[in-house]
Amino acid sequence: MTPTLHIKQLLVCSLLGLVACSDQESDFGRPLEQRSHPVDLVLLEDGRPDPSVLAADQVVRRGNGEEPETLDPHHALGVPASHILRDLFEGLTAESPDGELIPGAALRWNISRDARTYTFYLRRDMTWSNGDPLNAEDFVYSLQRALDPATASSAARILLPIQNAREVLAGELPVEELGFSLLDEFTMQITLTGPTPYFLGLLASPVAYPVNRKNVEEFGDQFSKTGNLVSNGAYVLKEWKPRVSIELEKDPNFREAGQVLMERVFYIPSEDASTEVKQFRSGELDWTNEVPNNQFKWLQKHYPDELVTSPWMGSYFLGFNLTQEPFIDNPSLRMALTLAIDRQIITDKVTQFGEQPSFALVPPGIDGYVPFSPEYADWTQEERDHEALRLYEQAGYSDENPLRIEIRFNTSDNNKKIALAIASMWKQALGVNVTLVNEEFRVFLQNREQKVITQVFRAGWISDYNDPYSFLELFRTGHGRNDYGYSNPSFDALLDEVGTERVRARRERLMFEAERVLMSDHVIVPVFTYVTKRLVNPRLKGWQNNVMDHHPSRFMFMLKSRNPDIQGEQQ
Amino acid sequence: MRQEGLLRHATTRLLGLVPTLLILITIAFFLIRMAPGGPFDGEKVLPPEIRANLDANYHLDEPLLQQYFRYLGQIITGDFGPSFQYKDWTVNELIAQGFPVSATIGGLAMLLAFVLGTLIGTLAALRQNSAVDYSVMGVAMLGISIPNFVVAPLLILVVAVYAGWLPAGGWDWSWQRMVLPVITLALPVIAYIARLTRGSMIEVLHSNYIRTARAKGLPELLVIRRHALKPAILPVISYMGPATAALITGSVVIERIYSIPGLGSYFVQGALNRDYTLVMGVVVFYGVVIVVLNFIVDLLYAWLNPRIRYDVT
Repeated sequence: MTPTLHIKQLLVCSLLGLVACSDQESDFGRPLEQRSHPVDLVLLEDGRPDPSVLAADQVVRRGNGEEPETLDPHHALGVPASHILRDLFEGLTAESPDGELIPGAALRWNISRDARTYTFYLRRDMTWSNGDPLNAEDFVYSLQRALDPATASSAARILLPIQNAREVLAGELPVEELGFSLLDEFTMQITLTGPTPYFLGLLASPVAYPVNRKNVEEFGDQFSKTGNLVSNGAYVLKEWKPRVSIELEKDPNFREAGQVLMERVFYIPSEDASTEVKQFRSGELDWTNEVPNNQFKWLQKHYPDELVTSPWMGSYFLGFNLTQEPFIDNPSLRMALTLAIDRQIITDKVTQFGEQPSFALVPPGIDGYVPFSPEYADWTQEERDHEALRLYEQAGYSDENPLRIEIRFNTSDNNKKIALAIASMWKQALGVNVTLVNEEFRVFLQNREQKVITQVFRAGWISDYNDPYSFLELFRTGHGRNDYGYSNPSFDALLDEVGTERVRARRERLMFEAERVLMSDHVIVPVFTYVTKRLVNPRLKGWQNNVMDHHPSRFMFMLKSRNPDIQGEQQ
Repeated sequence: MRQEGLLRHATTRLLGLVPTLLILITIAFFLIRMAPGGPFDGEKVLPPEIRANLDANYHLDEPLLQQYFRYLGQIITGDFGPSFQYKDWTVNELIAQGFPVSATIGGLAMLLAFVLGTLIGTLAALRQNSAVDYSVMGVAMLGISIPNFVVAPLLILVVAVYAGWLPAGGWDWSWQRMVLPVITLALPVIAYIARLTRGSMIEVLHSNYIRTARAKGLPELLVIRRHALKPAILPVISYMGPATAALITGSVVIERIYSIPGLGSYFVQGALNRDYTLVMGVVVFYGVVIVVLNFIVDLLYAWLNPRIRYDVT
């Protein structure tokens, strides 16, 4: 065997991901972090794949969930719109395939000692898709537009760390008073109200993307339509057919157009996950937004190379209403209920999607943070049930005098299955009588917020940004989503410290401590942390699993065949 | 005399549309506002400053009655307003995009159902209580009983995924993408029309004038075509009014399963998202379509049934 063959084999192995080269068995039984990345690809010296393995047509068809609500980046809230906008636009910062922050429109930046002032040095070779030059003024205009009360953007919430943002949104100050200053044509400063370690990440989200002033002023609220939209990202909008498809085309004006291999991207909306799977199976999609839970086992068997799951920055948990009986001032009862759930059974037998059983609030893998893990995480379920029963009896309940409670959830098959499983576990371990109540989403949210009729309710959170703070702040006294009625001054004090702490390690310790306080107060019953799950054409490469589930098309490319080199060698 | 009566009939019916729609709008407007939660209530709570801007932008900060009259004033000019959910589109644009799709699929399905349904029904009636009758009506019963959310995925699986003859979903106005949704939509209607036709055809075939026609020695086919068919499809016609309205305004199930950008899912999505303007727009539009179609059915009925025709004059 010649050395060249070795290299070739190495290339092939990486092309296919480790699964294909080790053995054909799927690796879903293994913990997520040990699973192979489907896209390790050995690149040539210039950082690009060998052109001979590329398909002639560089087109990808991405299933994208619901119809995006808008293509105006300053109004976009939903996940489907954000996928498309990430391809169309580029913020000051951007994300690499593995979700790490990389320079976007800004080539580099400095952060002041007090961590409140960011100076961005923009690239000098950037143009809009219509050929106009793009500079720092465009960014200042756009960020001002996003925060302008006249724009009435709900997404502006994300930009609140910027100095005077709240006052401007309230109409008390003009947009000129926002913390932006223009140092020269390609240098700008952003001043924040306080240190915000995740701020650079926020700048990679749609609400911080630049829009073309001429474009917006010429077309008004029609500017995001086919033929009107001017953008600054790797792609331009070719055609938007509502609820049919959104077609993007590579923008030759993009600063790195030479590096972009994928020529055309179709975003296909779908309201039904099983339809998506069928479209994938008949070759109409290369990428699904998700797969329905009830088809997971079947797909795992029949599409092992296509089915991809990966941890996501979301947690599924139940919340207690701490303002009403029986949970008011009753931590031992809350702890009993927390202990008496066999999470392994829920993830293995009920949800069955490779979700990770969880004993804390924050999912693992968020920006290097290691979540708090309570003592009982290491116990066997038998030990947990035993302790749960002791606490349950200590709280004054018994077989003769059982606890009667309701689990409330928003109507969905999955929520129902999980609630059913938990109800029967509580019944079995403790003898609790549980009633399940399901409600339409907005009715459910309102009941949660009012904290009158809720007892135990489905909760959960999917983060806006790659920072544990997004989870912790939900439990701050007076937070709009604090439907638990939780109020602990020492927890709030810790969060205040987190908000101003500049040193990363110390900040992480503070967050860990806050999570520990929260978990010791038994405000929630952690169940599992989410995973993303989809079918991907094995010929599609250049993307990687990441906890944000952000996958810019500009790094993707389509191979000629699933296995180009092996075929060559077999002949 | 007859012409005049028909015209008067038509005018009264069309004028009746106005109060009907007004009642419809009023009930729908206040009903959707009574539903808990609003268009901007989500799991992620908005800061009060942003919430205030949004409410002001959509006039949600005004008293409800003022909003109601504002809305009435707006739709008189034919403007349904901007959608809350699909921020880049007005409700008029969304209906203009969705309705042609739904109308095409629904119209084709109705056509197919009418032709096949009457044909099968007549056939069964002519061979009453024979093997043909039982098997055709058995299949028709199946067609009614199996819901379309079962039929649709099965069709996709067999025709699109296994055989690969047609696409599994999506929309581009090509006939390939219409076939499966049209068939799925038509199936229960075919069955229903077949049963209706069979029943009334049997009745008509036993009537005296058919016996007379046969006694005169007319060929059977001519008896059916000239004398029996017209009266026999009268119940079908009155069923077709509301059925066509339901078909051409789109079916949520069909649209979801086949990924078709029709009107049906706007109604459901609009209601779930509390997209007030979209729900209202679709409700008003439905109302108009149903009233107009019922009116057309009335005219057809009058044309087909002389007894009604003379009553009108």
